[in-house]
Amino acid sequence: MMAFARKSPLLAISMVLCVTFVLIALFAPWLAPHDPMVGELLERLMPPAWNVDGNWRHPLGTDILGRDILSRLMYGAQVSLAVCALAILIAGFIGSSLGIIAGYVGGVVDSIIMRIVDLAISLPIILLALLFGVLFGPSLGNIVIIISLVLWSQFARMARGETLKVKQNDYIDLARAAGCSALRIMVTHVVPNVAGSLIVLATLQVGTVIIMEASLSFLGVGVPPPWPAWGSMIAEGRSYVVSAWWLCIFPGLAVLLTVLSVNVLGDGLTDALNPATREGRRR
Amino acid sequence: MVPYFLRRFAEMLIALWLMSMIVFALGRATGDPVALLLNEYASDQDRIELTQELGLDKPVVTQYAIFIKQALQGDLGVSVSGDRRPALELIAERLPASLLLAVTALIVSIVIGIPLGVLAAVNRDTWIDGAARLAALLGQSVPVFWLGIVLMYLFSVTLGWLPTSGYGEWRHLVLPAVSMGLFTIAAIARLVRVGMIEALQSEYVKLARIKGLSETTVVWKHALRNSLLPVLTYMGAFFATMITGAVVVETVFAWPGIGRLAYESIMNRDFPVMQAVVLTMTVLFMLANLIVDIAYARLDPRIRQ
Repeated sequence: MMAFARKSPLLAISMVLCVTFVLIALFAPWLAPHDPMVGELLERLMPPAWNVDGNWRHPLGTDILGRDILSRLMYGAQVSLAVCALAILIAGFIGSSLGIIAGYVGGVVDSIIMRIVDLAISLPIILLALLFGVLFGPSLGNIVIIISLVLWSQFARMARGETLKVKQNDYIDLARAAGCSALRIMVTHVVPNVAGSLIVLATLQVGTVIIMEASLSFLGVGVPPPWPAWGSMIAEGRSYVVSAWWLCIFPGLAVLLTVLSVNVLGDGLTDALNPATREGRRR
Repeated sequence: MVPYFLRRFAEMLIALWLMSMIVFALGRATGDPVALLLNEYASDQDRIELTQELGLDKPVVTQYAIFIKQALQGDLGVSVSGDRRPALELIAERLPASLLLAVTALIVSIVIGIPLGVLAAVNRDTWIDGAARLAALLGQSVPVFWLGIVLMYLFSVTLGWLPTSGYGEWRHLVLPAVSMGLFTIAAIARLVRVGMIEALQSEYVKLARIKGLSETTVVWKHALRNSLLPVLTYMGAFFATMITGAVVVETVFAWPGIGRLAYESIMNRDFPVMQAVVLTMTVLFMLANLIVDIAYARLDPRIRQ
């Protein structure tokens, strides 16, 4: 472990940060010093503890309603993690299934699925997402749907490409000769062989999803207030950036650090699984 | 080349048609525009008249047919808010600002991103490479809207060098363009680095060196030219980033472009403007991608058929 940390310190730090992020998100109710949604109006806009006017009761200060920033950040991690996990699972499952079916079955099915994928890639989905969010109201479920709509097509492309490669192997022909159904071949022979690349793709998407979730919350179509999300915390703090910089800076740093460590980890994983690319080639 | 172009064009039309249906359906799915337009003191007579004027009393299919017919004649409806200006007029007014911002961000990304990638590749595995890679990673991890606010705080509020927001002279352009470009600077730098490392190990670079060409010519002419194709491929993703960036950055910096118009119209449920903006941005996005694909096919002899 120590040898690994010395060899690539950046990767080691990122790993620690990612684990910390997940732990904070999971145990926010026990770790957070205050209720993230209830504030003390008498203690509003308190600066961080190291400031002259600060107090260690609120290490990172309080917001406009006197709510503890640190507690809100911890609960905000929960929102980010939930959105990430759900959106990537849903988009990954739907996208990969369609991609594997397209690649394995081929013919008309393949053309139809891939045309839809091309279409999904050629449309500026973010605008539709914004529209969808405003029309159907902000909620955790809606933001997961929105982000899944953006993500699934990439999984479909990757799964199809990988399936086409796997399909050329002899064991697929043998399975077919042995009388296996298409569904059974796809589930027992194709899925295990394409899973690796899809998991790497999913890791590379985590950073994108966190930023997307933050952007949508910033624009007001994320998780509804008073529930804390990093993006909406930045939006709330925006008007106070001159008088109370901590409102805006800490949630931004939380996004930056999380996404940075996830990206470093994703690159490391890509390299580890594919020695041919020293650096993860990403689009 | 020509059949390829025609096929792409047909695909574009289909995509656009689909987009128009989605936007139209979403616009009609929730909320009654009449209730939004009139205040609570409006009489029933007013309501009926406005419903008829907007054609909302007709079946949805007819409404869509009318929408498409008018759209093809260049009429995308009038804004339902305040002054009731034609949606296309609003877009025409806002488009130049958005294009200016996007083009500047693109130039910034290329001018900084490419040399950064080349520098990292040439000095591979040294501290320069390390610093460039770290910078690129940071650039891809920072949320654009937050970066905008931080830059504004640093350069406008604290240092007072640049205006916080507004539109007019070049000083207004700096912060939005940098916020918007940082992600793409990082992405381009990474792509160029990977491409350059491959190119520098190739046979033609060895030959160029054996011929006695200067290292500058070898790197910047022979190797770089072949590393730029992945950057061109990336441009499709770049345009998608630009659209998201336009909405967020224009909102943060109060930039009078169509990104902010899109955001405002969606938030105000101004359906005609919303439909018009989304369709305009879709057309721009698809045109940009089409140009990139054609450029790619022209530049890479392996794709040209």
